[in-house]
Amino acid sequence: MSGWTKIAGRAVALAQANVDTDQLIPARFMSTTRNKGYGGFLLHDARQDDADHVLNRHKCVDILVTRRNFGGGSSREAAVYALVDFGVKAVFAPSFGDIFQSNAVNNGLLPAVLDTAEIELLIDLIGDKDVVAEVDLSVSRAVIGGHVVPFNLEPVWQQKLVNGWDDIDLTAQYNEQIAEFRAARLVAHPWAMPTS
Amino acid sequence: MTTPQTLFAKLWSAHEIMQRGDGTSLLWVDRHLVHEGSHHAFANLQSRGMKVNAPNLTFGVVDHYAPTRTGDVAPDIRRMIDTLGYNAKKNDIRLFDLCDPGQGIVHVIGPEQGLTLPGLLINCGDSHTSTHGAFGALAFGVGATEVAHILATQTIWQRRPRTMCIKVNGTLGPAVTAKDLALYWIAKLGADGARGHAIEYAGTAIEGLSMEGRLTLCNLSIEGGARLGLIAPDQVTFEYVKGRNFAPTGTDWDAALTDWQALHSDESAAFDREVTIDACEIAPTVTWGTSPEDALPITGHVPDPATLFGAKREHARLALEYMGLDAGMPIDTVKVDQIFIGSCTNGRIEDLRLAAKVLSGRKACIPGLVSPGSAAVKKQAEAEGLAQIFVGAGLEWADAGCSMCVGMNGDLVAAGKRCASSTNRNFKGRQGRGARTHLMSPAMVAAAAVTGHLTDVRPLLEGRL
Repeated sequence: MSGWTKIAGRAVALAQANVDTDQLIPARFMSTTRNKGYGGFLLHDARQDDADHVLNRHKCVDILVTRRNFGGGSSREAAVYALVDFGVKAVFAPSFGDIFQSNAVNNGLLPAVLDTAEIELLIDLIGDKDVVAEVDLSVSRAVIGGHVVPFNLEPVWQQKLVNGWDDIDLTAQYNEQIAEFRAARLVAHPWAMPTS
Repeated sequence: MTTPQTLFAKLWSAHEIMQRGDGTSLLWVDRHLVHEGSHHAFANLQSRGMKVNAPNLTFGVVDHYAPTRTGDVAPDIRRMIDTLGYNAKKNDIRLFDLCDPGQGIVHVIGPEQGLTLPGLLINCGDSHTSTHGAFGALAFGVGATEVAHILATQTIWQRRPRTMCIKVNGTLGPAVTAKDLALYWIAKLGADGARGHAIEYAGTAIEGLSMEGRLTLCNLSIEGGARLGLIAPDQVTFEYVKGRNFAPTGTDWDAALTDWQALHSDESAAFDREVTIDACEIAPTVTWGTSPEDALPITGHVPDPATLFGAKREHARLALEYMGLDAGMPIDTVKVDQIFIGSCTNGRIEDLRLAAKVLSGRKACIPGLVSPGSAAVKKQAEAEGLAQIFVGAGLEWADAGCSMCVGMNGDLVAAGKRCASSTNRNFKGRQGRGARTHLMSPAMVAAAAVTGHLTDVRPLLEGRL
């Protein structure tokens, strides 16, 4: 996966709380292999039920501004695949599901936390339109519809997003420490091995 | 004198291989449980030409797509099950396949098989992995990229969560269960109320819970946004584990007990957050909306969005619209089309016993499905005569699996239909497109089956407990 530092594009507002991963991608699509692309599954049922849905009105969405507990629920990484394959590169919300947030970073999607007041201001500002926006990871700052929003980003997440790092490669440098830990644990706690 | 430590801190340091300069820790994984959803992770490994690092610590189970009714299996469901079988065989992983007597929902069979033990770190590509914390284990769900990492290295990178203690004093009332307790605190704190935290449940009401109740409570920790839930192991835990298939024996058992007895928060250990709940405040609880936080006592009324403010008003308005409910109506007047008992939250033997107590000698006036949490639970329920009570009441007795909790196997609630469900999520479309789910305890589900509407189970259980 390649990393990114800056993006510029269009931002839209999804003015809902608790957009869980079951909504982001309904379970019935999850047996599909990734190479077919998951973008068509993003918020599938909501988009089918409502022709006026924000993602029906705006086909090119790079940045999503939404309410609290975005991506709560199931650990399904497919929810992130659907966003990424749709073209979304950053989501701004007051809170995210923990597992969703890790999944996002592992797939190059920025999950940025802003406080509730800031989000409400942006949602009002964007309304039904789409607005020009840019995100700069190097300074943890976005400009959405002319409004400047700094956000906090864990340094390790920033590194992973910028470099497109893969954890498996990263962990290889600790192989020796892992082997030592494993051996010591088995000696100290032999019961921790399954018996049968 | 050493600083008093929380149970979480003890477990964390026991698994920490190293900590990077940025504060992220590399943790050793004692048990990795995989189900059909692992196909992305195995594909990742295969594309790198890698094999599973510690197959003896990795266990597979067919649950999400497991067919629970007789008949033809759809080709895409068969393919998902076969793919797991192929990946398990290729990597020498012990698989609990459909025909295995140990098969069942991953979070039911882990404890049942003795794979879940106090003091372990347990991961699975499923958010309800928090269930296993009931044994005093560090257990949390991960995504597909993390599953691939664990398969490749038997470790996981994690940022240490903050700690939170939910102390529940007193005793739960008759017919009030761990499910009601969980929905109560989630409604109080919100679906993201415990976000970024590891919860330890403590207090007399927790000590008084059976292992089954503790599993239900820890299972739902994720629905309150927590990274994981924990309960300090005690005699109840040790008695549950002893003699299980993969549990330690002989001198290993003795060593384990010594280690496990130290697994508790030290007196005066400090948590980042503390919440105290009085158990006697909790009534049988049901959800009215589309998030587990949309819960209220069965004696309550559906909220009126007009009385709420800001984003809450909009959430309630959309939830009521989806659920087809009117603002202000008494929740126990809501008519139900069908019921479901099962899932990793409430598909255990004790859940079935309590539901059967309600249904015994009574008829369900609406259709419903009962899917035991595992093949072993199914066998036991049949031996105890519970299955006969369900069938006698007019309900369908099915095989073990995730079934109608998530509907991946084809067990679905039709659009617009309303289901009283013992599961964990009332999300839009969770049990099927357009399905309306009300979460509650299995006893409350059984009560709804008898009356055809959401019902306070307490009078129905009077003299039966």
